[in-house]
Amino acid sequence: MTDLFFARAQMAVSLGFHIVFAAVGIGMPLLMAVAEGRWLRTGDAVCLELAKRWARGTAVLFAVGAVSGTVLSFELGLLWPTFMEFAGGIFGLPFALEGFAFFTEAIFLGIYLYGWDRIPRVAHWLAGVVVAVSGMASGVFVVTANAWMNAPTGFELVDRRPVRIDPIAAMLNPASLQQVIHMTLAAYVATGLAVAGIHAFFLRRDRESRFHRRALAIALAVAGVATPLQAVSGDFLARMVAERQTAKFAAMEAHYRTAAGAALIIGGIPDDETMQTRYALRIPYGLSLLAHQDPGATVLGLEAIPRDEWPPTRVVHWAFDLMVASGLAMLALVAWAGWLAWRRRRIPDQPWLLRMLVAATPLGFVAIEAGWVVTEVGRQPWIIYKVMRTSEAVTPMPGLVVPFVVFSAVYLLLGAILLVVLRRQFVDTTSGDLDAA
Amino acid sequence: MPLEAVLGAVLLASLVLYAVSGGADFGGGMWDLLATGSRARRQREAIEHSIAPIWEANHVWLILVIVVLFTAFPPAFAAIMTALHIPMTAILLGIVLRGSAFVFRKYDALDDRVHRRWSFVFGASSLFTPFLLGLCLGALASGDIRVAGGRTLSGFFAGWTSAFAVACGLFAQGLFAFLAATYLTVDTEGDRAVQADFRKRALAAGLSLAPAAAVTFVLAQRGAPTIFVGLTDWWAPWLLGVTSVCAVGALCALWVRRFRWARLAAVGQVVCILLGWGFAQFPYLVVPDVTLTGSAAEPATLSILVWALLAGTVVLLPSFGYLFYVFKGGPGRRKTRN
Repeated sequence: MTDLFFARAQMAVSLGFHIVFAAVGIGMPLLMAVAEGRWLRTGDAVCLELAKRWARGTAVLFAVGAVSGTVLSFELGLLWPTFMEFAGGIFGLPFALEGFAFFTEAIFLGIYLYGWDRIPRVAHWLAGVVVAVSGMASGVFVVTANAWMNAPTGFELVDRRPVRIDPIAAMLNPASLQQVIHMTLAAYVATGLAVAGIHAFFLRRDRESRFHRRALAIALAVAGVATPLQAVSGDFLARMVAERQTAKFAAMEAHYRTAAGAALIIGGIPDDETMQTRYALRIPYGLSLLAHQDPGATVLGLEAIPRDEWPPTRVVHWAFDLMVASGLAMLALVAWAGWLAWRRRRIPDQPWLLRMLVAATPLGFVAIEAGWVVTEVGRQPWIIYKVMRTSEAVTPMPGLVVPFVVFSAVYLLLGAILLVVLRRQFVDTTSGDLDAA
Repeated sequence: MPLEAVLGAVLLASLVLYAVSGGADFGGGMWDLLATGSRARRQREAIEHSIAPIWEANHVWLILVIVVLFTAFPPAFAAIMTALHIPMTAILLGIVLRGSAFVFRKYDALDDRVHRRWSFVFGASSLFTPFLLGLCLGALASGDIRVAGGRTLSGFFAGWTSAFAVACGLFAQGLFAFLAATYLTVDTEGDRAVQADFRKRALAAGLSLAPAAAVTFVLAQRGAPTIFVGLTDWWAPWLLGVTSVCAVGALCALWVRRFRWARLAAVGQVVCILLGWGFAQFPYLVVPDVTLTGSAAEPATLSILVWALLAGTVVLLPSFGYLFYVFKGGPGRRKTRN
């Protein structure tokens, strides 16, 4: 295996690790602000306790997110110096803005976590709101930078060098809006459902706990709003990809042959040699309808793209199907919960719903990881779509297997320790009579 | 002033702010590692209490340095990250281990054994990361890293393996340890015994800086000739004078237990040292092949970045002011330490 392979693997591990914490850093502050706001309004002490408990877990996750994010900003140069030399001046602006959003988030999170007894109640809640807003803004800025790699604009190429650079146009590239909405909602869906799953687990043990009941209600409310919107935003994003990133779209759908009235291919085993997808479920006219809202529309297949510009079809197709399947499962779950809540006018706690919520705890994060595989692997072999190949961007540094193994081991260890720490945080502190609080 | 010089100044300023804030947090970790005697646990608690609310915000200065570097001076970023791949990767490991160990210890120290284990990881990574940061800055000044046409010609070991770079690394460690101990004397006003511990440590670290600086300076003559020549410029005696006044002032203030004055003087000393390095290295980002002007991005990028930094500062300054007001004193500060 080559150094390019290990550079990509290290980047994938670093991103895949960081994105979990990034999403939690966007989602948890919202949940905390809702809980604390409810306490301010109603004086319900359970809500205050909830905000405090959530804050403890968030503190640990945020710290790991901050340091793993630092790793990424360095790795852009450590692994892809040629890419950064080309792109730094074009798409650096959103990173600078993200720097300030992150500053704001870190400052007010410090105030939030350690300032419970030091500042007035409303000021404390406002600090939480600032954390939620700046956390979201950091995510937005970073995603515009990634969107630029998919839809590079804001410069002209002369002798393979970028000239007439317009950083604003680069930031507001044609993929930005769709990707930003999709990722931001994903953070709320994943965090909301993960938190709902954890509290559903405890609620199954103690059905009378007001603490877990209130927690479930807030988490489900956030996920319940975000999940249906996410389905719409996914469609919005996929149409943009269909129009602008033909190869990625064809690989997502395992669509080899250009055809009018193309069928939607679900699952199966794509085979690049025979250009067929075996054992797949086919929905006639489905792809043409989804991509162009017209059952007879022509959809370009991978055959329209030079063979050396194909992304790895299987990885992209399976990751895409995994993301969509997870998304639809979550949509069904929140629809079911919403229906139960509406019909009975109370927080839903039916045993089967709780069981399903527990089972769905990691589903949002599975969808996020799969979605990023689609975005990143689907863009291959390009690091900047149709401008620079990933193989041209890699560092001349030999022996990249070493940092790959080291970072993978460290992250694996950290992930395992984190699970233990969080579990202990929760189980230890949740025993005892909270409802008396 | 041309935009690239403005952004060069931003880089230097961010680095200075990182040193006096995040650097001191590293120093706190060193004293955590070296906590001894019957008050070791109380020393550790004081360190934790002092840096817990602010270390993540302080850490962002480093990210700002990186982001401004790759936006405004992309070829310099590419060259630095290629030539210094090995120490930079080690720095990342240090940053990850330190931050994680710190929060794990804070939230998961069920018993003394676990507490000690995380303390060790936190302390050890706080000790070696500043050494590597100093090593990298020394390498940039050394003149050993050669770059031409976007290619790094000097391999992956140039600069940071020299005696001068090692001296810079040790000096950075001493500087951060000194800063941290001095800050901690102010933060432990409620606990006289622990305060006396940190006073002793601050004095020891402060005194050790003088020979360390002298050795670094002597090694610079051969190890970083460009910097050495820069340090003989007209402004150098003035800056050296101010630095010396700050250094002596900090030690005297520590001696007579005027800890707030000592903190101020120590900050002044670190700021002067880094400014001196920055001035001496101007206009090079990597001596001798990468200059501010030679590696600057297009003017459109530079000007919009300056505006973004200005806008960001407008948000940042009051936020930081509030953070330090809430946790580091201010008139209505509650002196509870529990």
